[in-house]
Amino acid sequence: MKLAHFFGFGRTAEIGSAEDRLAQASQLKLTWWRFRRHKLAVASAVIVILFYLVAVFADFLAYSDPHDTDSRRSYIPPQAINFIDDGAFRPYIYGLKGTRDMRTFRISYQPDLSRKVYLTFFAEGYSYRLLGLIPTNRHLIGLVDPRPEDNLFILGSDLLGRDLWSRLMVATRVSLTIGLAGVTVSLFLGVLLGGVSAIYGGAVDMAVQRLIEIIRSMPTIPLWMGLAAALPQSWSVLQVYFAITVLISLLGWTDLARVVRGKFLALREEDFVTAAELAGAGQMRIVFRHMLPSFLSHVIAATSLVLPAMIISETSLSFLGLGLRPPAISWGILLQDAQNIETLALAPWLLMAAIPVIVVILAFNFLGDGLRDAADPYG
Amino acid sequence: MLAYMTKRLLLALLTVWAISVLSFIIIQLPPGDFVDAYIANLSASGSVVSMAEAESLRILYGLDQPIYVQYGKWMLRVLAGDFGESMEWKRPVIVVIGDRLWLTVVLSFAALILTWGLALPIGIYSAVRQYSFGDYVFTFIGFIGLAVPNFLLALVIMYFSFTLFGANVGGLFSPEYDLAPWGWGKVWDLIKHLPLPAAILALAGTAQLIRIMRANLLDELRRPYVVTARAKGLPDTRVILKYPVRAALNPFASTIAYLFPYLVSGSIIISLVLSLPTVGPLLLKSLIAQDMFLAGTIILLLGVLTVIGTFISDLILMWVDPRIRYQMD
Repeated sequence: MKLAHFFGFGRTAEIGSAEDRLAQASQLKLTWWRFRRHKLAVASAVIVILFYLVAVFADFLAYSDPHDTDSRRSYIPPQAINFIDDGAFRPYIYGLKGTRDMRTFRISYQPDLSRKVYLTFFAEGYSYRLLGLIPTNRHLIGLVDPRPEDNLFILGSDLLGRDLWSRLMVATRVSLTIGLAGVTVSLFLGVLLGGVSAIYGGAVDMAVQRLIEIIRSMPTIPLWMGLAAALPQSWSVLQVYFAITVLISLLGWTDLARVVRGKFLALREEDFVTAAELAGAGQMRIVFRHMLPSFLSHVIAATSLVLPAMIISETSLSFLGLGLRPPAISWGILLQDAQNIETLALAPWLLMAAIPVIVVILAFNFLGDGLRDAADPYG
Repeated sequence: MLAYMTKRLLLALLTVWAISVLSFIIIQLPPGDFVDAYIANLSASGSVVSMAEAESLRILYGLDQPIYVQYGKWMLRVLAGDFGESMEWKRPVIVVIGDRLWLTVVLSFAALILTWGLALPIGIYSAVRQYSFGDYVFTFIGFIGLAVPNFLLALVIMYFSFTLFGANVGGLFSPEYDLAPWGWGKVWDLIKHLPLPAAILALAGTAQLIRIMRANLLDELRRPYVVTARAKGLPDTRVILKYPVRAALNPFASTIAYLFPYLVSGSIIISLVLSLPTVGPLLLKSLIAQDMFLAGTIILLLGVLTVIGTFISDLILMWVDPRIRYQMD
């Protein structure tokens, strides 16, 4: 205000109202303003949202059945889409034609540069349920009057002739939701054990803290491998999915528990908690009405930093062949196909499944950083 | 100080016990046991095993007794240095593991040294020359290191070295030394092969430590005592290395305790990609074959070595940071 006077009266009102705005803004608003300043975090938030949109509309974005195998379409390189045909926007690809390898007498498909196959939007394809509810067979793109041998392979095909793009879409859904489910279980365990540890103190605190230290000083991957290898072979895809989720969260809750405990202990000394105690508020009310809003944002920030670790865990386990099992499709399972150098030399495009993993983990890390900075807007 | 060491030692022992129980439980978890797998194998190749033979095999391996008895017997034998026999390889577990365990430790340790050796100077540089070109380059590499799981990095590096140089970067030894007995030549060969896998393993940890070091040092550099030291005319290097770097080192040192388990974990998975002769590939194979003594022993020994590594880094931390020494007295 003094500065405003110094620079002239004209601006006093303006700055005064800006200060009022700051003073009256809710915590949520302040957090949002602080977060908005972190440009990289905002961009990352957009990317994360886009990824989850892909997860939700995976089947719509895919164009051929991700489980459809055809050994004759093995290792077809990515097909370029040509957008302009005769000066007009009319996307097309080249068709495929079968040739017989005279040494092995097997038919394999190669791009046929003499024949164009046009693309169309909202094409009909395999049937699925949109959002898991609405039965439909519409997909974002598809081919117009394809011959039986024609197929679109934007990112190429794998050994069994399955379309990598369509598989990547479905894998995104599986890998992102397993991370989300894992982090939910971790959050529950972390808040429960961290909170209990801080509230009861003494022997309980001691036990929980030692447990955390023990878990953190163990090499996790061998343990995960052991536990995952112990899952019965007869389990269904869904059962394995849930088991893996529980497994990765069993060892992943420790970070969250530490954040919750630390915040709890710090807040307990705050004046407003003492005030609430003196005013006769019950313990439950103090925890949920007074303390929880103050550290919720910290917990959210910590959660967004644990999520990428969960995604890496699932990807690593599935990559080793101990996580999800085919016919389930996840990023780790896609990368498993690219495991050895012989395959990579033959079909380097299989490595493309690594790109979404890297992008989403980076995005989560930046988002988490931004959230952590914004979590305490009064600081 | 003694109290602190005793406390750490007790915790280490508790951790070892937890690991031993966990590794035993893990091996017990799968339905069916080794004899089932053995019979399935035999019947797949055409021979038939009678129920009586199966029973006698179970009694031979002690599989008919309650789990806690099996655990107790196993632990007693382990303490006597007998890790049992690998059911798949028909040889003592310790022979099957052989050099692999030490190579795992050597690889993890090399990665640890590399992490420290890189993170410390780069962290200092990035903080002192904040927002310089070098700082941006290191920050960028750091983020890549953070975001790329190390097995992916290994895959990518393997692919490019193969397509660009036609070289296979896998393994820890040249073919001529692979089966050779240990000697100076083999050690030198190992040293020549170590940097690449160690660097792949170290990247993520290094990225994290650089970030921690940079942030800590930036906080310290803004303190009045640094300004005072500068105002009194102390040379820049001396100001930075003598005071703020030391103060910034504490949280740096405390994360080291968690770095070693992390590196050991990572070595398992990159060994599979780069086909390194560590315990990683052996562990995976034994888990799939349900070779319980082998898998259990690998997990147990890895865990114990990790705990020892962590304990040593705790002692180093105590030696580096007087605050911990005085706090505990």
